[in-house]
Amino acid sequence: MSKYSTHLLVCGGTSCHSSESDAIVCNLRDELEAKGLMDSVQVILTGCFGFCEKGPIVKVMPDNTVYVQVKPEDAQAIVEEHIIKGRKVTRLLLKDPVSKEPVSDPNKMDFFKKQLRIVLRNCGFINPENIDEYIAREGYKALGKVLTEMTSEQVIKEVKDSGQRGRGGAGFSTGLKWELARKNQSDEKYVVCNADEGDPGAFMDRSVLEGDPHSVLEAMVICGYSIGASNGLIYIRAEYPLAIERLKIAIKQAREYGLLGKNILGTGFNFDITLRYGAGAFVCGEETALIHSMEGLRGEPTVKPPFPAESGYRNHPTNVNNVETFAAIPAIILKGAKWFSSIGTGKSKGTKVFALAGKINNVGLIEVPMGTTLREVIFEIGGGIRNGKKFKGIQTGGPSGGCLSEKHLDIPIDFDNLIAAGSIMGSGAMIILDEDDCMVSMAKFFLQFTVEESCGKCAPCRIGNKRLHELLGQICEGKGSIEDLDRLRNMSVVIKDTALCGLGQTSPNPVLSMMDNYYDEYVAHVKDKKCPAGQCKSLMEYVVNPENCVGCTACARVCPVNAISGERKEVHHIDPSICIKCGACMEKCKFDAIFIR
Amino acid sequence: MSHIKIELRKEDVDFIKGVCATFNNDPQELINVLHTCQEHFGYLPAEVQEVVSDGLNMPVAKIYGVVTFYSFFTMTPKGKHPISICLGTACYVRGAEKVLDEFKKELGIQVGESTKDNKFSLSSLRCVGACGLAPVVLVGDKTYGRVAPDDVKNILKEYEN
Repeated sequence: MSKYSTHLLVCGGTSCHSSESDAIVCNLRDELEAKGLMDSVQVILTGCFGFCEKGPIVKVMPDNTVYVQVKPEDAQAIVEEHIIKGRKVTRLLLKDPVSKEPVSDPNKMDFFKKQLRIVLRNCGFINPENIDEYIAREGYKALGKVLTEMTSEQVIKEVKDSGQRGRGGAGFSTGLKWELARKNQSDEKYVVCNADEGDPGAFMDRSVLEGDPHSVLEAMVICGYSIGASNGLIYIRAEYPLAIERLKIAIKQAREYGLLGKNILGTGFNFDITLRYGAGAFVCGEETALIHSMEGLRGEPTVKPPFPAESGYRNHPTNVNNVETFAAIPAIILKGAKWFSSIGTGKSKGTKVFALAGKINNVGLIEVPMGTTLREVIFEIGGGIRNGKKFKGIQTGGPSGGCLSEKHLDIPIDFDNLIAAGSIMGSGAMIILDEDDCMVSMAKFFLQFTVEESCGKCAPCRIGNKRLHELLGQICEGKGSIEDLDRLRNMSVVIKDTALCGLGQTSPNPVLSMMDNYYDEYVAHVKDKKCPAGQCKSLMEYVVNPENCVGCTACARVCPVNAISGERKEVHHIDPSICIKCGACMEKCKFDAIFIR
Repeated sequence: MSHIKIELRKEDVDFIKGVCATFNNDPQELINVLHTCQEHFGYLPAEVQEVVSDGLNMPVAKIYGVVTFYSFFTMTPKGKHPISICLGTACYVRGAEKVLDEFKKELGIQVGESTKDNKFSLSSLRCVGACGLAPVVLVGDKTYGRVAPDDVKNILKEYEN
């Protein structure tokens, strides 16, 4: 890297990639070529910076200047102004939302200020397709330390002492999981990386694999050494072609460097990794279902015990960890358990990556210490609610999680606090909802997801969730009764108690938490037959505002069911019993005289 | 099974057998075999599954069970330009459903169907991980971000010829 004086880092994460970051790289290289600067300036396509809202991002190093929303045609300005003349291209800098002044240093941006990057330490800094850059940032150093200086017991003790809990959702102690897999004797054991990120709205695993694939490979070898396994498998979604491509490159390079395969680093330890592809089934994120899927079967979960640590892939002891869990391991080994456990809260150590999406200003990927409050995440890092609307709720943990309201904003985020509040950490997806979102429709949306993704093996999930979804549908259509709300609650509790796997046990969470936090809204749907957020079409009423109506008859002529009456030049009237709520009249009216109530 | 009946050519059969052989005719490799076959044929009609059943020496019912379990596998061919609308939570709350409705209206087809000339097919999917661009629409390999219902006509226009 040393021969270059300046580096242009272009985000190659999925969002930026879709916004032509490849073309930006090409144009930058063309410009540099034309100016004869190819020897001193290097253009690198990196992993995700996390600031997806303002993508594509181009970062100039060592100046530490971040350009946002860059278009391929801006390449000329960046090269001519910044590189040659040494002046920042002001129009491409982020404007501070308060002072309106341009900001170039990411450390001064609200989005980055409160973040602490352990898992994402290399994302946006290195070229993920070049192993040397990973090694330059202490990559594979932890592996070297483990293989030459530590016994497997010491490694497991270090991971246990760090207090790290699995980032896939359940929050089980990583070190304990490794210890269980180590204790079970077998001549064949497996290390599995769960990269089946099926939770809609979560894209942290994808970003790690696309931006820093070697960190996961390194951790898997360390895990293999600790539990006595020599085979690693990464189960990855087929929907992530870029991540698959980068993993393939990383595995090939690691093999060439003797960091995978036989006799790793000359220590006599053997470990290799192969890829397995998912095929679009949410339930395969559950570890027993994932293992069945890797065996070529339908991804249906089985009852635990036996746990995978006893009998997993091909009936051998298997240790399954999530991508994010693995990515932190090299840092824990290098900096020590004490350092890691000094970050976070009492029982939740370290940092957590969250994917912010929905009605929030700064959509993106963030990493903060456990214990950061929801308010800090939403209003400081996330920049508040879009279009000046009012915050209504935040769904954490995806379709298996719950929706928290205004009153929860100041709780410090960790595994236990979220459960106590009626939600879960899950994979770390955070969907922010505003005043326009209807909490009955949202619950119905999540249930529809669970119904579609239920594998159908156990009755509570297969039948119960379907019934929940039907009931919510009826309520949205104004056909619900107050008794239905009790029915919803009872059924939810039964499903939670009796479903076979994590999918079924958590699927009623959105319903329960939304009924707890927004009960009035549910009552409004069943009692008054009104949708306060104005989302449920069947509960809306189109009304003429007599002050604006001039009696032009345009609405009456366009109405397909003749629901509008009124003489010419007189105020018109919509008959709600005939109206089919198609909205044609409102579209046609030039005087804004028709509104929805 | 599917109503579509196709006749496999000899080279197609050889291809499938070849795929099974590269995976050592191991039934545990079924999903990898199906991925490769779907990449080649575009979909997995019953006839293909029958050859796989032969190659891996396992009942075709098991294969059908796996094909229908996973949403990535399909038994109907996609259009020349497959359109997928992301209905993940982030896209949903930013109005993806209205975009989907517009595509249905413009193309006159429902999700899971293809237009008569087989030019477009419509499907919905759950999260492509580009939530920063919500709502997201994929046409073939091309991603369209921040799509509003009004953009739908223009997107379709790009594929007119």
